[in-house]
Amino acid sequence: MSLARTYSEGTSFLIMSSETPKNPQRAPAGGPPAPSGASDKAKDPDWANGLKQLYDSVVEEPLPDSFQDLLDQLGAKD
Amino acid sequence: MAGEERTASEKADFKRELTEVVPHLRAFARGLCGRADMADDLVQETLLKAWAAQERFQPGTSMRAWTFVILRNAYLTDMRRNRFRGEYDETVAERVLTAPAGQEEPIHLSDMHRALLTLPPERREALLLVGAGGFSYEEAATICGCAVGTIKSRVGRARAALNAMLADGDIPKRSIDDSAAHRAILQELDDVAAGQGGSRN
Repeated sequence: MSLARTYSEGTSFLIMSSETPKNPQRAPAGGPPAPSGASDKAKDPDWANGLKQLYDSVVEEPLPDSFQDLLDQLGAKD
Repeated sequence: MAGEERTASEKADFKRELTEVVPHLRAFARGLCGRADMADDLVQETLLKAWAAQERFQPGTSMRAWTFVILRNAYLTDMRRNRFRGEYDETVAERVLTAPAGQEEPIHLSDMHRALLTLPPERREALLLVGAGGFSYEEAATICGCAVGTIKSRVGRARAALNAMLADGDIPKRSIDDSAAHRAILQELDDVAAGQGGSRN
């Protein structure tokens, strides 16, 4: 099974991710961003990329109108 | 700042920042509970709670981290009421699966997603925060209210579990159908909700 091979190729990404902010849109809670370690990406197991893909796919979905409606209602109450 | 009345400008800033993090809240919630409709309910609940608590938000700090705490707590509460069953969202996984942007070979994301949902919630959330959300260990520890070392341990265990499951192809079809996994989840949930999560790895 090819997945067995690809999943086992790398295991270090999560260790490294503490030093590697993945999302430039995020406002840091404090202090400067940690230095990036782009060279570590090649070691990511495929499922780790998949995890990020799943997350990012939802982030990039068009927002259902219900959310903007709710926020508008909340703003209107004040 | 808590307890002080916010100016109209500050409220506008709060609403704008809150609006901006909604996509991230949806992604985190989807990863936690696995179903799009329930995840969106959870996000709506989070937005209501965040709005009600806006006086406690410190301007200039991370809105994403602040709202993730609220979402996480709402999720744990709802889980304890057995509202979420960690069901797998076939639609999302299949759509992602058929759009392997830049991947050299198709990844069985459906397997990955199912495996993720079999993890105990505290490990799943740690992996989501660090591995998908891009939070540092320190930020994830703050969100989860535990020590940095605990988050590192949870991520490590989650990673090892996923590596093992995905390498062996030994993934429960539905996490809720696996009674052992379900019992473990409920036990860990009790510990997390009781504030003992920091003492467990």
